[in-house]
Amino acid sequence: MKHIKTINNGVLKNSVNKPGCKECANSCQSACKTSCTVANLECESK
Amino acid sequence: MKIHKYKQCGLNIVIDVNSGAIHVVDDVVYDILDFYEEKSKDEIINSLKERYSIDEIKEGIEEIESLINEKMLFTEDMYKNIVLNDENPSFIKAICLNIAHDCNLRCKYCFASEGNYHGKSELMSFEVGKAAIDFVIKNSGIRHNIEVDLFGGEPLLNFETVKQIIEYAKSEGEKNNKNIRFTITTNATLLNDEIIDYIDKNMGNVVLSIDGRQNVNDKIRIRRDGSGTYSDIMPKIKRMVEKRHKDKQYYVRGTFTHENLDFYEDVIFLADEGFKEISIEPVVLLDEHPLSLKEGDIPQIFEQYDKLTDEIIKRSKEGRYFKFYHFAIDVNGGPCIYKRISGCGAGHEYVAVTPNGDIYPCHQFVGNDKFKMGNVFEGVINRNISKEFKNGHIYNKPKCLDCWARFYCSGGCQANNYNFTGDIHNPYELGCMMMKKRVECAIAIKAKLSEE
Ligand code: SF4
Ligand code: SF4
Repeated sequence: MKHIKTINNGVLKNSVNKPGCKECANSCQSACKTSCTVANLECESK
Repeated sequence: MKIHKYKQCGLNIVIDVNSGAIHVVDDVVYDILDFYEEKSKDEIINSLKERYSIDEIKEGIEEIESLINEKMLFTEDMYKNIVLNDENPSFIKAICLNIAHDCNLRCKYCFASEGNYHGKSELMSFEVGKAAIDFVIKNSGIRHNIEVDLFGGEPLLNFETVKQIIEYAKSEGEKNNKNIRFTITTNATLLNDEIIDYIDKNMGNVVLSIDGRQNVNDKIRIRRDGSGTYSDIMPKIKRMVEKRHKDKQYYVRGTFTHENLDFYEDVIFLADEGFKEISIEPVVLLDEHPLSLKEGDIPQIFEQYDKLTDEIIKRSKEGRYFKFYHFAIDVNGGPCIYKRISGCGAGHEYVAVTPNGDIYPCHQFVGNDKFKMGNVFEGVINRNISKEFKNGHIYNKPKCLDCWARFYCSGGCQANNYNFTGDIHNPYELGCMMMKKRVECAIAIKAKLSEE
């Protein structure tokens, strides 16, 4: 493509196929705990 | 809102909200996207033909169409039903142990009211810690990974109990085939070589609090007598980080307030002191507090985030990368959609336990009777509270449903929402503004670094 460069093709829609095992870490956003958002987490079932 | 677009670092960035796709586009496409959904092809050409050639506009439209066909632009939400039909039970898999409701410092912004959470000073006994470990193992169900966060107050005021709890948790974890990971958050004042070694061996993560430059830190992170802590803690934190096993995590974390809106300097200061994992957080305090962030502070805060973005890009290119936690978003990976929707899990996957064994949805709700869920010795929890929190996801938060950042943020901090708006479903506006900004910066960094 000439006008658009895609950096990522859709990590969310692809993740629907993941097991959704919820084994990943907790993600507290509060300032007193380094305010992690879910986007910071790593997936445990690569 | 199906797409979000913005300009940063000289790039036109477009995020497709529902698929998570990210694109860098040229000016033609950027402008077409302004009215792509509302106008016909001819209308678009008509409105833009003064600025671009008709061929360019047509090409732009074609490229947009092809991305739509590939479900990378203007994608519809495809997760709502998955969430609303999710009848799977929640399991508690993370627990915050308030090892000490007491602290040797008097930091001026402390949400725990100088460590005691508005109650009496108290240390957790081993019996309570043991019951809490039993409780989480029992309630973790099919989950294999469990997190135990040793928190306070200042947990190192009660280090012997910390050790006992960890030894107990390790052996119980093994017996029950659970992988238990420990994190400790400390103000660093009580670190010595013995404790440092113990933490390094046993904790999956250690969070070390310092606010940055000496004058900033010493105005806020003070002892009872009002004296600053910088010269005491800085060498101890350095020693902890030096001794930290290279594969293991640590964070040097601080808080910025209305008093140091130039917190860019504090982040850079910590980076220049040699730390590679840094987190500087916006303070969360109600408006009347002198240190609280006000809406009028936002332009300066954003400017600081922009500066940090540029500096991180520059240092990354020079091989001097450091990780600023707010910008650490894995755009190519990260957790699955199930996790992104459920958010922090407070009250149903995560709970906090006080020194006397009371259970609350998280450390921020401790002391608020309305939210008391039970006690580790009773072993049961108030399922209504659990349910309320489980259902407090983005699909039940009208503002979030309209927000492009929802799959990065997952609906904000329930405690902040409650404290500022009286309702966990109604987000804390200032927090939203900063959240959206930090996601923009994080994505801009990735986009810029992927240019080469
Ligand atoms: S409600 Fe807020 S403070 Fe509590 S666990 Fe969730 S993000 Fe953290
Ligand atoms: S809490 Fe705010 S920033 Fe987060 S998804 Fe909801 S509206 Fe967006």
